[in-house]
Amino acid sequence: MPPSPAQRFPLGSLIVIAAVLGGSAAAFAYTAGWLSPERLSRERVLAGLSPPGGPAPGRRRNHVRGICFTGSFEANGAGAALSRARVLAAGSYPVIGRFNLSGADLAEPDAKARVRGLSLRIAAPDGSEWRTAMITAPVFPVATPEAFYALLQASASREPGAMAGFAAAHPEIAAFGAWARSAPWTGSYAEERYNGLNAFIFTDASGGEHVVRWSMRPEAQPVPVPPEQLAGRAPDFLDEEVKARLAAGPLRWTMEVMVAEPGDPVADPSKAWPEGRRRIDVGTLTVQAIQAEPDGPCRDINYDPTVLPEGMRVSADPFPAARSSAYALSYERRAAEAAQYPRTAAGGRP
Amino acid sequence: MSGARFSPLQRLLHWAMAVCILAMLFIGVGMVSTISARTLPLVSIHKPLGIAILVLALLRLGLRLRRGAPPLPADLPEPMRLAAHLSHIVLYALMIAMPLLGWAMLSAEGYPIQLSPGLRLPPILPQDTGLYALLRQAHGLLGYAFFAVILAHLGAALFHGLVRRDGVFGAMAPVPDRALN
Ligand code: HEM
Ligand code: HEM
Ligand code: HEM
Repeated sequence: MPPSPAQRFPLGSLIVIAAVLGGSAAAFAYTAGWLSPERLSRERVLAGLSPPGGPAPGRRRNHVRGICFTGSFEANGAGAALSRARVLAAGSYPVIGRFNLSGADLAEPDAKARVRGLSLRIAAPDGSEWRTAMITAPVFPVATPEAFYALLQASASREPGAMAGFAAAHPEIAAFGAWARSAPWTGSYAEERYNGLNAFIFTDASGGEHVVRWSMRPEAQPVPVPPEQLAGRAPDFLDEEVKARLAAGPLRWTMEVMVAEPGDPVADPSKAWPEGRRRIDVGTLTVQAIQAEPDGPCRDINYDPTVLPEGMRVSADPFPAARSSAYALSYERRAAEAAQYPRTAAGGRP
Repeated sequence: MSGARFSPLQRLLHWAMAVCILAMLFIGVGMVSTISARTLPLVSIHKPLGIAILVLALLRLGLRLRRGAPPLPADLPEPMRLAAHLSHIVLYALMIAMPLLGWAMLSAEGYPIQLSPGLRLPPILPQDTGLYALLRQAHGLLGYAFFAVILAHLGAALFHGLVRRDGVFGAMAPVPDRALN
C-alpha cells in the first residue's frame, strides 16, 4: 500500500469511520439500558423499595433492621442423598447469620413488621459457601420479580384503589394475604419458622437432580401473642428478647428440605407445593452468640441467594437472579456510605 | 509501504482479545442493567473470561516486550505518534487492571470468586468494605473509560487504514501476509 497523500477530501472514509464508531457507541448504550428507560433496572427496584424519606445511609435497602448472630450448622448427612454439597455431608460448619425484619424504614417499631427474616452464611472447609435469606411467610406475595416491583409501586401509591387494582391483576397475592391476616404473631425470633421460598436444584453424588425448597423449623414452641399486645412493647423488643433468651442457652432450628415432584410450580414462589411432598431433615442450626449489627460480623455480608456450593444451583425460579442483582446494588451503595453508619454506635438504632 | 508487521502470534492474540474484551464490556454493562434471569449466565461468563483476559494480557505483554512492534511510519506527525504510544500503554494497563480490580473487589467484599462450579479463586485482599467500595467504583468507571479508549483506537485504526493508508492498519490486520502484497 503506497502512502497516498490525500488528493481529495476523504469524505466517504470519514463517514464510514463515524458510522462504525457511532454504531458501536449506540450498541453499547443500548446494552447498558441507557436507551430503554422501561427496562426493569435494579436502580428502579431499589427506588421502589425506598421509604418516603429515602433509604437509611449505610444500611440495607430492604430488611434494614436486624441483628447479627454466630453459631453452627450440624449436618446430619441425610442431605447427601439430595446434594453432594460439602455443607450437607455430616459435620459441623460455622455460621454467620442475621435475624431481620422486612421493610426499609429504620424508624418502624419491631411490632409492625409482619414478615420476619433469617439469613445464613454457612461456610464449608473447602471454601464453598451457602448463603440464604428466608422469611416467615409460607409463600411469597407475587409470582415474578416484575410483579414484586408493581406491588412496591401499588403499595406506595396514594391513588385510591391502587392496591385493590393490584390484587385484581395478581390474584396469587391472596395466599400471602390470608397468611398475613390469620397466622399468629409471636414475641420472638426464636419461635418462628423461616422459609427459603425459592426453588433450587440439588445434584447428588450420582448426578441425580432434585428441585427443592428449604425451611428452618424452630425448636422453641411458638406462643401466639396478639399484635395489639406487641405494639405495647419496646420498639426493639425482638432484639432484646432474643438476647435474653440466648443468655439461657443456645437456640436451635432444624433445616428441612422439601423435594418437588414433576408438575409442581417450581418457578413460582407464590404457590406452595402440594402436601405430602418428601421432606428430609438435613441438619440443625445452633445460634450461640448475638452481636449488634454496627460491629457485628453480618453487617458486611451480602446474603445473595445465588452464592451456593457445588451441588446446588439456581432453578427456573426467576427470583434468585433478580435478588442477586438487587442485593449487589444495595451492597454497593451501603458500602459506599459506610462512614454514615459508624461501627461504634451502640445498638445502631436512631 | 507494506512494511514490517506484528508476528502472527501477536496478531492472533490481538484479535482474539479484541473480541473477548469487547464481549466483556458488553456483558459487564448488560448484566448490571436488569434484574432479569439473564444476569446470572452473564455473570458466570464475565468472571472466567475476565481472568482468561488477564492471563492472555500478561502473555501478550511479555511477547510485546521481547518481540517489539514494527516502527510507525516515518511521516507520522509527532502528536499522533505520541497518542499512539500512550493509548497502547493505556490499553495494556486496562487489560491487566480490569480483571485484577474485579478479583480484588470481590475479595474485599468477602464474596466467593467462583469461576466455574468446581473452580474458585482465593481472595487477594482481606475483607474490607471501604476498600470494596473504592474498587467497585474503579471497576465500573475504568470499564467505561476502557470502552472510550477502544473506540478512539478503532477510529484511529480505521483512519490509518482508510484515510492515511500508511501500513499501520496492515501491521495488525487479521489477514495473512500475502493478502497485503
Ligand atoms: C425480586 C424480589 C426481591 C427483591 C427486589 C428484594 C430486595 C432486597 C434487598 C435490596 C435487600 C437488602 C440486601 C442487602 O443490602 O444485603 C433484601 C434483603 C432481604 N431479603 Fe429480599 N428481595 C426480594 C425477594 C426476597 C425473597 C423471595 C425473600 C425470601 C424468601 C427475601 C428475603 C430477604 C431477607 C431475609 C433479607 C435480609 C438479608 C440480610 O439479612 O442481609 N427477599 N431484599
Ligand atoms: C475493535 C476492536 C479492537 C480492539 C478491542 C483492540 C484492542 C487493542 C488492545 C487492547 C491493544 C493493546 C495491546 C496490544 O498492543 O496488542 C491494541 C493494540 C493495537 N491495535 Fe487494536 N484493537 C481493535 C482494533 C484494531 C484495529 C482495527 C487495528 C488495525 C488493524 C488495530 C491495531 C492495533 C495496533 C497496531 C496496536 C499496537 C500494538 C502494540 O504496540 O503492541 N486494532 N488493540
Ligand atoms: C477485562 C476484564 C474486565 C472487564 C472489561 C470488565 C468490565 C466490567 C464492566 C463494564 C462492568 C459494569 C460496571 C458498572 O456498570 O458498574 C463490570 C462489572 C462487574 N465485574 Fe467486570 N470486567 C472485567 C473483569 C472482571 C473480573 C475478572 C471479575 C471477577 C472475577 C469481574 C467481576 C465483576 C463484577 C462482580 C461486576 C459487578 C456486578 C454487579 O455489580 O452486580 N470483572 N465489569
